[in-house]
Amino acid sequence: MNKIIRFIPLILFVALGVILYRGLSLNPSNLPSALVGQKMPEFALTQLLKPDVNLTEKDLTGDIKLLNVWGTWCVYCKYEHPYLVDIAQSGRVALYGLNYKDDRIDATQWLKDYEDPYQFSIFDPLGKLGIELGVTAAPETFVIDSKGFIRMKYVGPIDGKVWKEKFLPIIEKLEGEIKGETAL
Amino acid sequence: MKYLILIMLFTFTFSAQAWETDTYVFNDEVTEIRYKSLVKELRCPKCQNQNLADSNSPIAADLRREVFELLEQGKSDGEIVDFMVKRYGEFVLYRPKVSGLTYVLWFGPALLLLVGVVVVVQILRKKPVKKEAVVLSEEQKDKLAQILKDK
Repeated sequence: MNKIIRFIPLILFVALGVILYRGLSLNPSNLPSALVGQKMPEFALTQLLKPDVNLTEKDLTGDIKLLNVWGTWCVYCKYEHPYLVDIAQSGRVALYGLNYKDDRIDATQWLKDYEDPYQFSIFDPLGKLGIELGVTAAPETFVIDSKGFIRMKYVGPIDGKVWKEKFLPIIEKLEGEIKGETAL
Repeated sequence: MKYLILIMLFTFTFSAQAWETDTYVFNDEVTEIRYKSLVKELRCPKCQNQNLADSNSPIAADLRREVFELLEQGKSDGEIVDFMVKRYGEFVLYRPKVSGLTYVLWFGPALLLLVGVVVVVQILRKKPVKKEAVVLSEEQKDKLAQILKDK
């Protein structure tokens, strides 16, 4: 009995060591989103390229929607831009932009300089919809299903690897759900 | 003492707070006090080791504005906290709610303290081993006297 007690500190130390070591490799900005499973929040904003067009959550149409939060001030948005163009061209999802805390003239120019992958971008200069969505910075991408529920939130830039590992599984799942519904 | 003053000087210098740069005008003092306590209690979701009051990041400024606007709308502190939790998760609370997920956080330290107390009590209650009286022989006494004399 006494011998076992002697080993308790060592066991505790090793256990704590393992837990803390694991903690080192966790990404602290990978927070569980409070919005997954929630309905897309309501909003009333204008379209980036057409300031006189009002938008609400009902304007986001399509079976599977991606809402990509971007800004001209965001370095990684430029990095993920070519991947977004590919995604938009694949036609598998409807890609919408949320121009977050940006300047309308700069953002319009940005889309002209590169290429506009979005069906349209929502212009949110004050970050109001951003707060509703729990956005902390750009880029962030939300996957929204056909009923308007947020199914996934991804923080960080999208590239080939992220697309394959994080987005494709959920998109395939959603496509399966849609097929299931039409079969019924 | 000197060092203490030095440390205190530095501490107070660096704890200058960002909200002092915001120019919100409050209707009454109570709202202002509530605002200040809320921005201290809520964590900045981007710069995770700062509260909303301390952080200079754009998102913290936005959330401070949001807190201010919600106060203006007459929302209670609880409603404002719920508003933030609904969007940013439990994570934004520096004092997380007591739930299954946070039992370890809330009660872990007390439990560890208890374990410590038990261990200390156990050690203190152990009876000390009786020391045997040491008796020197005549020969050893002579040797001891010799050694002490040489010193």
